Amino acid sequence: MGDFLSRGWEALTRRIDTWLFVAAAAIVMVGLVTLYSATDQSLARVQSQAMSLGLALVLMWIVANIAPEKLARIALPLYLVAVALLVAVALAGTVVNGSRRWLDIGVARFQPSELMKIALPLMLAWYFQRFEGRIGWRDFLLATILIVVPVYLIKRQPDLGTAMLIAASGFYVLYLAGLSWKIIVGLMALGAVAAPMIWPMLHDYQRERVLTFLDPSLDPLGAGYHSMQASIALGSGGVVGKGWLNGTQAHLDFLPERHTDFIFAVFGEEFGLVGNVILVLLYMLLIGRAMVITANASTLFARLVAGTTTLMFFTYAFVNMAMVSGLMPVVGVPLPLVSYGGTALISLFIGLGILMSVQAHRKLVAG
Amino acid sequence: MPRRFLFASRRRFGGERGLGSPELRNRERELFLFKRRLTVAAALAVVAFGGLVARFVDLQVIQHSHYQTLAETNRIAIVPVAPNRGVITDRNGVVLAQSYSAYTLEITPSRVQNLDATIDALADLVDVRDRDRRRLRKLMEESKNFESLPLRTKLTDDEVARFAANRYRFPGVEINARLFRQYPYGETASHVVGYIGRINDRDVERIADWNETANYKGTDTIGKVGIELAYERQLHGVTGNEEVEVDASGRAVRTLSRRPPTSGQNIALTIDIALQQAAEEAFGDRRGALVAIDPSNGEVLAMVSKPGYDPNLFVDGIDSASWQELNESPDKPLLNRPLRGAYPPGSTIKPFLALAALESGKRTAAQTIFDPGFYQIPGQSHRFRDDKPGGHGTVDMQKSIIQYCDTYYYMLGAETDIDDTARFLGQFGFGARTGIDIDGELSGILPSRKWKRDRFGAQNGKWYLGDSVSAGIGQGYNAFTPMQLAHAIAAIANDGVAYRPHLLHAIGGSVEAAAAIVDEQPTRIPLKPQNIATIKAALVGVNREGTSRQAFVGATYTSAGKTGTAQVFSLKGEKYQEKNVNERLRDHAWFIAYAPADKPRIALAVLVENGGFGAAAAAPIARRVLDYYLTGAKAAPASDIESTSGDDESD
Repeated sequence: MGDFLSRGWEALTRRIDTWLFVAAAAIVMVGLVTLYSATDQSLARVQSQAMSLGLALVLMWIVANIAPEKLARIALPLYLVAVALLVAVALAGTVVNGSRRWLDIGVARFQPSELMKIALPLMLAWYFQRFEGRIGWRDFLLATILIVVPVYLIKRQPDLGTAMLIAASGFYVLYLAGLSWKIIVGLMALGAVAAPMIWPMLHDYQRERVLTFLDPSLDPLGAGYHSMQASIALGSGGVVGKGWLNGTQAHLDFLPERHTDFIFAVFGEEFGLVGNVILVLLYMLLIGRAMVITANASTLFARLVAGTTTLMFFTYAFVNMAMVSGLMPVVGVPLPLVSYGGTALISLFIGLGILMSVQAHRKLVAG
Repeated sequence: MPRRFLFASRRRFGGERGLGSPELRNRERELFLFKRRLTVAAALAVVAFGGLVARFVDLQVIQHSHYQTLAETNRIAIVPVAPNRGVITDRNGVVLAQSYSAYTLEITPSRVQNLDATIDALADLVDVRDRDRRRLRKLMEESKNFESLPLRTKLTDDEVARFAANRYRFPGVEINARLFRQYPYGETASHVVGYIGRINDRDVERIADWNETANYKGTDTIGKVGIELAYERQLHGVTGNEEVEVDASGRAVRTLSRRPPTSGQNIALTIDIALQQAAEEAFGDRRGALVAIDPSNGEVLAMVSKPGYDPNLFVDGIDSASWQELNESPDKPLLNRPLRGAYPPGSTIKPFLALAALESGKRTAAQTIFDPGFYQIPGQSHRFRDDKPGGHGTVDMQKSIIQYCDTYYYMLGAETDIDDTARFLGQFGFGARTGIDIDGELSGILPSRKWKRDRFGAQNGKWYLGDSVSAGIGQGYNAFTPMQLAHAIAAIANDGVAYRPHLLHAIGGSVEAAAAIVDEQPTRIPLKPQNIATIKAALVGVNREGTSRQAFVGATYTSAGKTGTAQVFSLKGEKYQEKNVNERLRDHAWFIAYAPADKPRIALAVLVENGGFGAAAAAPIARRVLDYYLTGAKAAPASDIESTSGDDESD
């Protein structure tokens, strides 16, 4: 009996990376505690999030037990399916709030762009792995096309935020695969020059967001409102915060989206600078551990996938906190592992599963 | 960036392909490059997180007290509390306009993501009609996006309860208790009382000019027409405020302190609503105007404009269909006829012209002329026809007024300089606003040489003798409002002492305060007593034995009056046959009167549009109003009265 139990425990935890799991679990706990406060003590919301968490953990475990080589094999079909679904959305998607992002598949509505978040890095990593050792500029050009197609499809939904995040994940693969610094710097310079030309092509709401980011007081009751209220929440929290469930900004309804994209403002108001620094340290622990896993990965595919997943974790965390604290314009990026929302939680835990798989399946051969 | 790194990558991607370095070494090199890149990324991440922490320190330590203050003010909002608008009553305290509180369902469009879907969902909870949707659309066009706009007004208790239970589903939608204006008498006196409507951009400027912007913070309606407009500042009151804890959607969570508003002042009008009703009933379905004035002080006792409209339609924003119907109706229900309808005075001008002749010495009361039935300007062939074929024979002033003799006035007109006439008539207020205390009054047209030159230019603006002859019988260019004629006949009734007509009787319960607002200093028109006595005697004769005798058969008081017929359409010398003329081209019927003749308490002017002869259409209405005011008697229905004078063709 005891033997059975210990073998079961062994099977359960064999592929689970302790540090990664501890850091993620701690952040998820912060998320649930804050969610309870942000939803005005709604147990229903916390339960719903906990249910998603259960599913996410199961998926993480399954992915952790799949060897990276097997993941590489599904990369191309997954990418093609994701692109096909994006095309289908463009042709027959359901319009919600003026954006065509959803595909109605009878039982539920499904957002193909979420699938692309996983599919694109897998696809690119698989491609670079396949031509490992003889990667030339043509390969980077083709990789760029593989990135641009889904990014364009998502951008015209329109969902600029997600498009930019997916473009970023693609860029991370290229960067880690060794894209020349000259090209990187050149692209940045080009971006700086092109920005004024892109301006007239933006949608009104996008321009508005940028303008109100530059000066939130332009529209204190409109688009700048979120940003200003979030800053007030954080700033009034002070060093130690107002205490759990005591955030006035949060509970008097001043904060919009306060259980999703702006949950960090609730956290920062109630737990103050101390809480914020602890949360940042937890993210750094998670990302740091993920980087160690990446560095130890044994194949190019594993390295690229693990590295990109790591950098995306960083990107989500940074962009969300920067947006809430007024360092960046408001974009729809949730705080990873904290914001309410089942889909995001599941994708993130699948990402953790990939990292754990890479760690568990590394070949312990001396270089 | 280290040069080695750049070099390495270039070589690897550019030239080294296929060079047969050992597999293992190549891998090692690749791994080394990868780790470098990862290290760079890790360093960037640390820097980025460091930047975040710096921002947190900035917000939460350095700027903490600033944001602390903002958070405090965020919670505590000063909410204006709109004052109760003053009540409008008639002179006897009968309520004509009042405010009451009711629940409205309001939407702030900028806070609602999908307006149509939201309204559809709301329609499941409360009754939302197409009219409500249309009105909301119209309001959205007229207002700023962040304003809270009413979707439904006057919710029932059930509807309020149903919405309250589902409120969480509708961000940007809320229920507010608002004050509504109600006009219990509807169409009756609608042109006097006027109505309120939503504050628009022009109103905002007006409020700013008064320096009252702060005082209107909680107010969303303002007087638009009539008394509601004229005494807006007295009726409005002083806005109070409440210190409340609110949430982001402006919903008050609880009240911390309160400074109550001061209600607007109540206004009592000089109107007697019972008299007003009697007068409006006397009109029946006919279009026209009536103004009744107390000659001894200028108080307007009744002021009718038919047809009227229901001011209640405007209170919470009129929908476009109703507006269109009112605005495009050929009957022009929105036209305030007593003040904005300018009609040729016809024969009602004759007593004033006769008085002018007496005062200037051009005629004496006993002086006679011979009337062959027409008048010709010497040396011209055109005949200015009298209404009576064959003429009235020998006519003195008395007979000219009582018997309706045009020829007398053609001759007088030809002999009198038009500028002298204009100067004299100007003293009675013709051609100028009477100064009544509601807006929109027209000044009418009192023709003179200067007027015609200004109007038609030097070329065509020459004054001809023929113009004077036409003006002599009140046709031609003359056009006056019913208010002007009522004011003028009141001045005659009061022996030349003219008071400014006004509608304000008392304000805040004080007649003295009202008198201070309405300047009641009269103007004294210099007239010889015997001349005015001559004219008054003639006017009494008109009602006793003249054109309007039928209308005044059996009156228990003596009255004075003058009928008039204003041409709408010139028949070029043909005999006017009422039944042959399109209804809208028929003459307008006038009647001016005062009573009792010896000590006048009421003077009035009646105009019936396209009514035909004044004696037939207008005089019976005047009779009913005078009867009601002087004896309290409700007269017989309009049809009976009409038949008593129906056979009298002369005017």
